[in-house]
Amino acid sequence: MFDQVLWFAARGAGIVSLLLSTAVVCLGLLTAARFERPQWPRFLTVELHRSIALVSVIFVAIHVVTAVLDPYASLGFIAAIIPFASSYRPLDVALGVIALYLVIAVLLTSLIRDRLSQRTWRLVHWLAYAAWPMAVAHSLTAGSDAFAPWMLAIAAGCCAAVIGVLVWRWSVIWPGRRELADVVDRSSFRQERTKSPARKVAR
Amino acid sequence: MNPTRLLAGPPIAAGAESLADHRLRVGARPRATRPGELAASIERSGLLGRGGAAFPAARKWSAVAGRSAGDAVVLVNGAEGEPLSAKDRTLMNARPHLVLDGAELAAEAVGADRIVLYVGADHANSVVALRRAIGERGREMVVPIEVVVSPATYVAGEESAAVQYVNGGEARPTGVPPRPFERGVDGRPTLVQNVETLAHVALIARYGDAWYRELGSGPTRGSALVTVGGDVAHPGVTEIAYGTTVRDLLSVAGGTVDKWSRGAVLLGGYFGGWLRAEEAANQPLDPRSCRDAGSAFGCGVVHVLPPARCGVVATARILDYMAGQSAAQCGPCVFGLRAIADATARIASAGSAHSDDLAHIVRWSGQLAGRGACKHPDGAVGLLRSALRTFSDEFDRHQRRGACIEAELQGRVA
Amino acid sequence: MAGDDAVTIAIDRIACDGRGVCAELLPELIELDDWGYPIIAPGSVPPHLVEHAKRAVTYCPVLAFKLRATQGAESRAAAGVRQPSVARQVG
Repeated sequence: MFDQVLWFAARGAGIVSLLLSTAVVCLGLLTAARFERPQWPRFLTVELHRSIALVSVIFVAIHVVTAVLDPYASLGFIAAIIPFASSYRPLDVALGVIALYLVIAVLLTSLIRDRLSQRTWRLVHWLAYAAWPMAVAHSLTAGSDAFAPWMLAIAAGCCAAVIGVLVWRWSVIWPGRRELADVVDRSSFRQERTKSPARKVAR
Repeated sequence: MNPTRLLAGPPIAAGAESLADHRLRVGARPRATRPGELAASIERSGLLGRGGAAFPAARKWSAVAGRSAGDAVVLVNGAEGEPLSAKDRTLMNARPHLVLDGAELAAEAVGADRIVLYVGADHANSVVALRRAIGERGREMVVPIEVVVSPATYVAGEESAAVQYVNGGEARPTGVPPRPFERGVDGRPTLVQNVETLAHVALIARYGDAWYRELGSGPTRGSALVTVGGDVAHPGVTEIAYGTTVRDLLSVAGGTVDKWSRGAVLLGGYFGGWLRAEEAANQPLDPRSCRDAGSAFGCGVVHVLPPARCGVVATARILDYMAGQSAAQCGPCVFGLRAIADATARIASAGSAHSDDLAHIVRWSGQLAGRGACKHPDGAVGLLRSALRTFSDEFDRHQRRGACIEAELQGRVA
Repeated sequence: MAGDDAVTIAIDRIACDGRGVCAELLPELIELDDWGYPIIAPGSVPPHLVEHAKRAVTYCPVLAFKLRATQGAESRAAAGVRQPSVARQVG
């Protein structure tokens, strides 16, 4: 009986964390796109992105712990932390493990963000673009619901949401970006760069 | 009548003074007998930086010396990105050994073990002259000296931009702390000093601070180089005692402004300000006095605009240049300065101004100062403000009727 | 003493990208110019707004500014001279 609970918890937590992290990715894209509406200020996007990210990590943790504890999953602790160490569907589980590590890196760098350079933080944060597709692939291929029709539907919905926001972002922001790029191009610095580099000439 | 201290010696047109001639004329470089001796002398002299900010040199020296563990760096700023100024390259071309003496003296005083000569790429003669001078000194140099050629842009001469470029980055201001005197070239405390300032140091070390202070009428003592240009009979670089009036300076250079009733004068270059000719006539040329008058001494540019030329058109051209020279790092400068320049250009092209252009540039210029990582927008806005004040009639005429005195006299100006 | 510490806003103008979140969270002190970049009222942050200022610092998507504490005579000068509502008067 208890085992059934673990099994349900692992699957449930996994699906919830997939949905939440999809929302996090969408909100991250909307933050960068400076999304706002009369009733939706920009800080709300930033706030939701951060809060939901924290909640999704909690659900990932529940998913990993219950999956490891579930005796029928025959996963084992090692398989959860070392990619490809699982005897059960090593690749599919590995996708989840790697995605988890990437998410941990994003989380930790965000927690100590004021002590990092903006560049470092941003490079690590972009790992999220690798983590999320891995999580989607993991949800489709690993576990007892792999390729179940409703699981496919959920995954398709998540992909549609992220692709939709991506397309919207690039279509809406592009004109504004072009204006900034145009001004920068006319600045003396862009023209300097097109000349041959004369750096460190005389020693 | 005009003092010759920095420009004493063989004619400037004769080119670089050799090491031998330099030593014959002013003697060998003095060595400090006690630590801190020269720094104290510089402080007593009240020597101000000649890069445009007029910051007391002694204060910079003590800030760097206080942080140096013998590993400081002296960056000699010969970028001279201001298009109207020619004094720095004149010094580097004709008196390179004065500059090198000053650099070595400063290096000893602040505990530096390296000197970088930062020279603008458009001053090719200066690069040659300095390299040759370094070659003449050979093994006598107390610390390694190298020449770094900087991009020929306006902001490349800004302190933090210079340091960043020497460190291998772009010649763009860095904005946030640490400042060069804290961590500069290679992370070491760096003294960034204008070439003219160091040339003065070379002479103060020889003749003393009391000698330096003999010249000057008013609170600022000493002599300074100025670049006279525009509608004058004899443009060029000359040396004045601080406090000399514009009238006295231009009585030698000559030009239409000798009537002093019409026309305008730009003091301080693109970072400076316009004055009407009659205001400028009695304006003493020293940093504080010029600032109080709504202009600036800056890098010592005195540029005459004849009555036949329109101040609005001249200002529009300068602002267009300044907007194009933005390092393009900060939104207010990238967008605001460009918008101001474009609006002023529309006003200047008599007849194509939008009805609210003048109101816009007044509003935007009130917003721009202090909102960039460097003083570039502040300088441009200062110039615009002085133009709005000095050429208020012309701006009104342009905005309302689209008429321009230049157009009336010379035909349509594009 | 806590009363002597004045808090001021220190912004990195190069990092600032005109995201505008700060102006939403601290409208009493921060206004946006015509291009979306912040105009910050000079002087120190009034004590009742410090919590809001801290939130604005955290929520800036590029962490372009921080709060700096200045002490003693410097803070008295900073607190006394300027009005926080200058943000409205500018521009």
